[in-house]
Amino acid sequence: MKILGLVIVTLTGAVLIWATGEFPGWGDPNSPASLHVSPRYIEKTLEETSVPNAVTSVLADYRGYDTMFETTVIFAAGVSCFMLLRLFAGQEPEAVHYRHLLTGLTLRVRRRKESLEELEEFERMDSLWTPHDIILRTLCRFLIPFIQLFALYVIAHGHHSPGGGFQGGVILGASLILLAIAQDMRSALDRVRERTLAMLSALGVSVYAGTGALCLLLGSNFLDYAALAKVIWVDPVGARSLGIFLVEVGVGMAVMATMILIYHNLASEGRLDEGL
Amino acid sequence: MIWQLDLLVLSLVVICGIGALVIKDLLGSAILFGAYSFMMCVLWAVMGAVDVAFTEASVGAGVSTVFFVAAVFHTTRRTKD
Repeated sequence: MKILGLVIVTLTGAVLIWATGEFPGWGDPNSPASLHVSPRYIEKTLEETSVPNAVTSVLADYRGYDTMFETTVIFAAGVSCFMLLRLFAGQEPEAVHYRHLLTGLTLRVRRRKESLEELEEFERMDSLWTPHDIILRTLCRFLIPFIQLFALYVIAHGHHSPGGGFQGGVILGASLILLAIAQDMRSALDRVRERTLAMLSALGVSVYAGTGALCLLLGSNFLDYAALAKVIWVDPVGARSLGIFLVEVGVGMAVMATMILIYHNLASEGRLDEGL
Repeated sequence: MIWQLDLLVLSLVVICGIGALVIKDLLGSAILFGAYSFMMCVLWAVMGAVDVAFTEASVGAGVSTVFFVAAVFHTTRRTKD
């Protein structure tokens, strides 16, 4: 069976490689891809949307439907991870560990003790990862604000430079995942709660679809941002640029929340209690 | 880019891809997959698709590696086949 699989894979690969011989050369101006709509996008982007980065304007404006449903796919991935993995009450972990901060002593308790958690001297700790690593914690605490600032820059500056909602959202999510890895999942969840994450991921998709629906209400086509000029007192070109920004913010919110939600569910086996 | 460097990166992509499939240790496989994504990101950047390279670096090399490591951590580290 294995040999059969190997033969099929090798044959398919060989056919695919053989087929690439028929492709037009890289950067060929006469290839079909650069003959039909691409020149129009490249020439008209700046005067129609005032967005210098053509990739962003194609992604969020000319091909706005595609990006909306990509965001929906990411939202659906987050929801399905939640449905598959999340465990609710009644499935507590076997034991809970506490560290006595003054002596470094570890306590293993059968049930969670609220009275212990209220005391200053005791700290809840993960059962698998015990060292009290001050270097790692301090460094991550120092790095995370810069990562988040960069992520916001990537979202907001997507008009002019590479980047946009997807990349910025992933980086923003990664900063909170870093917090969950370097410290523990509970402190990451204290910063942004599970309910907030779920709300944000749904809200992001709604912001995208809502921008489109607003255009529809203003008497234009769905996701035709030029219609927004009627309510924000800018010219239609500026309105398209602003519409792209709104949409990117929605994408960023949805992607960030979904990434964190998937990580939390995956790393804690759905208990949202103890991470990696 | 200089074609020798291009060839080096491309062969590293192939080696990482095959290595990620063949290796028995699933954690190593996840790391190799991250390396594969990063090399692909370099290739995208060289070809001028900077937006794609950015996405590949953040999603492929960054977050999905973390997801793989988390999944390996809670299942088994060695493959059966």
